[in-house]
Amino acid sequence: MWHLFIQKLGDGTLLSHSGVTLFETVLGFIIGTLLGTILASLLWWSPRLSKTLDPYLVILNAMPKVALGPIIIVAFGPGFPSIISMGAIISIIITTIVVYTAFREVDPNYLKVLQTFGATKTQAFREAILPSSFPTIISTLKVNVGLSWVGVIVGEFLVSAKGLGYLIIYGFQVFNFTLVMLALMIIAVFATIMYQLVELLERKLIKD
Amino acid sequence: MSFLKIQDIHHTYFSNQTAATALADISLDIEKGEFVSFLGPSGCGKTTLLSIIAGLFPPTSGKILLENKPLKANSDLSIGYMLQQDYLFPWKTIEENILLGLKLIKKDEGLERIKTLKLLSDVGLGDTGKLYPRELSGGMRQRAALARTLAVDPKILLLDEPFSALDYQTKLKLEDLVFETLKSFGKTAVLVTHDIGEAIAMSDRIFLFSANPGSVYKTFKVPDELRELTPFHARNHPQYPMLFQTIWKELESLEY
Repeated sequence: MWHLFIQKLGDGTLLSHSGVTLFETVLGFIIGTLLGTILASLLWWSPRLSKTLDPYLVILNAMPKVALGPIIIVAFGPGFPSIISMGAIISIIITTIVVYTAFREVDPNYLKVLQTFGATKTQAFREAILPSSFPTIISTLKVNVGLSWVGVIVGEFLVSAKGLGYLIIYGFQVFNFTLVMLALMIIAVFATIMYQLVELLERKLIKD
Repeated sequence: MSFLKIQDIHHTYFSNQTAATALADISLDIEKGEFVSFLGPSGCGKTTLLSIIAGLFPPTSGKILLENKPLKANSDLSIGYMLQQDYLFPWKTIEENILLGLKLIKKDEGLERIKTLKLLSDVGLGDTGKLYPRELSGGMRQRAALARTLAVDPKILLLDEPFSALDYQTKLKLEDLVFETLKSFGKTAVLVTHDIGEAIAMSDRIFLFSANPGSVYKTFKVPDELRELTPFHARNHPQYPMLFQTIWKELESLEY
């Protein structure tokens, strides 16, 4: 495996495949978490919207997102956009649900304090709701690191053009399991680094 | 004309099946600079009335006039509200916490800022500005909450059992501090409590509430001798146990 690693590193294919996958995963992760949090904020903002969307959220959450893969590929074409969407879509719904629950569980007395100071809804969100939900948002980030890898690798299985997911499928088809293991090792290393970065962010954001 | 006028307040809580009348026919006047207490058994609606005065929600009927004008929630910061617990924001420093009210109206710079930090040393927390609430004791946190409430210079202070979560010694000290601070700023205050002693020691007038539905059962005037003393000394005045007994008997009679 080490031999293969040096060889693939030498001809530059490993670097390009890893680069592609890493880029897709990071983007999918950021888009998924960001959209999920924004959606949660909208639900908090408008109780009417949250009532309307609640059943859809439950169904979408129960649904295996990777099953949407073929539809996404038809919609976005077999390339970057589809794979990134897979990485994002797999974490959006669960992020929305978890973060929205955290928003709603903020002690109403903090809001009471702000209300007596005449705070607007935006101010209440910025001063109380968002900061007190940071711990939950961080733990969702940790879960999403894993999820977006799942989404992206499955996306690459389906598109099968480039990336570590492609290497795994290719290695499997030509029975080159050293290549499969190599790809897995690289994924493990990158996933760990991403996780560590999230922990770094956690230490910066949460002081107590 | 009285400072705060509460006129014919009725309030009913509705749920899908039931309607519970929390307050019925409450009318009372509070003068400027006066310290009054709402005393009564639990469930008599005293906290509901305080929340209505604070503008947290509108009453079912009736109105509240502050300086002869209808009290509109969130219009200007005429109301300061102190809760049972400090509810300091744990992710903000003490300084950021007490500047919160001013920050929301974008006045947390310059003179206002200096005034507020002075307020912090007035309540004996001069050197804690950079600390986080978790690094302070319960009594210190409640003092910080007092400073936060006073920072926006409210016309009237609403105290919802602010001493009930503290140990006895801290409570006595804090009573004195709140009393003296409010008197020196000439603030009007309404205290909600179920502690007869606290009501007598701190207030000028006591409204005794009865439950089901919540209404004012009786009003007691605290004698001048007690009013002029700080809460701690008032508790040792010969008049104190007499008034205590009177109110105690009334409270007892309410329960049967």
